[in-house]
Amino acid sequence: MANRGEIVDLLSGMALFADLARPQLEGVAHTLDEESFAEGQRILRQGFTGSNFYVIVDGEAAIRIDGQDRAKLARGDFFGEVSVLLGTPPTADVVALRTLRCLTLAGPDVEAFLLAYPRVMFRMLQAEARRLQATIQWQS
Amino acid sequence: MAELAEQPFPPGEYPVVVVGTGAGGLQVSYALSRLGVRHALLSADAEPAGMFRRFPFFQRLITWTKPYAPAERDTREFEWFDWNSPIGEEPTHRGLVAEFMDGTSYFPSRAEMQAGIEAFADRAGIRARYGCTWEGTRREGDTFVVQTSDGEYRTQVFVPAVGMTAPWKPDNIPGMDDVPHYVDLEEPKHYQDKTVFVIGKRNSGFEVADGLLPWARQIYLGSPRPARISILTHSTAAARARYMQPYEDHVLGGGGVFVLDVAIERVERTGDGFRIHARGTTTPGEFTFDVDHAIAATGFTTPMRDLPEIGVSTFYQDRLPSQTAFWESAAVRGIFFAGSTSQGSIGLKKYGRPGGGAAVHGFRYSAQVMARHIAEDHLGMELPRRTVPADEAVAYLAREAAHAPELYHQQSYLARVLTFDPGRGIVDEGILPLAHFVDASGPDAVAVAIETDDTGDIHPAAYLRRGGRVEERILPGHPLLDFETAEHRAELRGLLEGYV
Repeated sequence: MANRGEIVDLLSGMALFADLARPQLEGVAHTLDEESFAEGQRILRQGFTGSNFYVIVDGEAAIRIDGQDRAKLARGDFFGEVSVLLGTPPTADVVALRTLRCLTLAGPDVEAFLLAYPRVMFRMLQAEARRLQATIQWQS
Repeated sequence: MAELAEQPFPPGEYPVVVVGTGAGGLQVSYALSRLGVRHALLSADAEPAGMFRRFPFFQRLITWTKPYAPAERDTREFEWFDWNSPIGEEPTHRGLVAEFMDGTSYFPSRAEMQAGIEAFADRAGIRARYGCTWEGTRREGDTFVVQTSDGEYRTQVFVPAVGMTAPWKPDNIPGMDDVPHYVDLEEPKHYQDKTVFVIGKRNSGFEVADGLLPWARQIYLGSPRPARISILTHSTAAARARYMQPYEDHVLGGGGVFVLDVAIERVERTGDGFRIHARGTTTPGEFTFDVDHAIAATGFTTPMRDLPEIGVSTFYQDRLPSQTAFWESAAVRGIFFAGSTSQGSIGLKKYGRPGGGAAVHGFRYSAQVMARHIAEDHLGMELPRRTVPADEAVAYLAREAAHAPELYHQQSYLARVLTFDPGRGIVDEGILPLAHFVDASGPDAVAVAIETDDTGDIHPAAYLRRGGRVEERILPGHPLLDFETAEHRAELRGLLEGYV
């Protein structure tokens, strides 16, 4: 089971946090809360306000739109940022496929977090650009 | 031996076994008894009240009880104003902490809290087998065998209500083993004219700093994450206002207290004191602190004993078990967690705000809901449900939104639920976890909860399940929290069109 040191190691291995020095990673590890969800529980809910940002530590989740699974998420993946950044409800459910452990940041704290860690903001922008590129390629 | 013979609940077989006589265990036992569920209540302690027999260290709580409130003390509505009393069905079991408060503070002293809980156990006739220690657990098919100092108990449903009560320190900082934990604090005089480094900036860290303000020469509070303050974050999970004096000293440059965002790298013993090596997290830089005392205000963990070995999954550095919306182990059916451990159930956590299960004001309701769920889902009981006349449903939901203490103390977690039964009409399902309502399938129904958004606005939210899909409707806030206005009723009536 992960202690804070292991969580710092996990974060340091993720592209999102790859530019941060160890004390900053410690700060991030303590800023994010850890949560656990039972199999079948929803973490993001399509159409509901007040969602948050999540990074998967352990387990597996499905992105589900109108009851249909579209993709799977696993350790190291992050989700929820689009809804938080736009201030709109999620357009998909994220459902735990087995017991899921996540690090989470409250939606209202995301802006200040990204401003405090601009390298994380840049990495997130890159990740979103990659997703956009993949979508454009898929559509063309 | 005569005393032992008089002890209730001898080892044997019980439908439910509850361990712990803090506020959580007592509340579960009370609720099970009111439902007619036979159970054994066991406790390693000699008397009721759990942690409040010893803590908070500085002898006063961080949650208030309002002795004179807009609702009478012996009513359900009073619970909104009273964050500390266990909840009872009879008037004589209600608002008991207020009864023992001497008027010197809005916050009960530890002794007043203990007296309130003891009076609850006494007046409600809650019997427990005291001095009986839970030592281990094993499974035999669907049966849990709870091993205790008095013998073995066999049960289908096991409820450890032992809370997050065991001291916890991070295991990845060299030298932390030598740092005394909050529970090992000495009397304040011991710190007279000394420098003190408090590791941790949550409630216990600020409590220690506050208690030592008149004694210590200088106080440092340090941890990697910036302090979160309840007034600023609108969250019960943040440091509460009661111990904010050290923070004001820091913010106004008083020089007596420094509140720092630092990652502790290692701690060394230096003769009678400590040298603490740290690095800034929000502001880069290296720090070395030579102090007389270091105190680990790093929190508590759930004494899980051998539960992980029978399959109970954990998180948060193994300090909490993974749970369903009904506080049942996510991995082992039949094990429920009561008391402060119930905070491990996440719920909707809208805008990052937790449900309230970490303290008495929240988990006293979890215990009630859990008891009903155990009775129905595990023991096959059919509990009666009243119907609500269609022309009263809107007013009833608005009244609940304006006054139901469950909804205020467990925001976005607990909800009042009505189902629309074609045969019976509108059926009151009682108070249920909102996550269960919105994630499980079921008949057409409505749930009403109280929520706080990112601006701090407190308002009702209604969730309508129609044909298996759940729609969220945020209702307006109100400066006086009056959610029974014509506008609120009209919104509810519109939402429930066709049902009421």
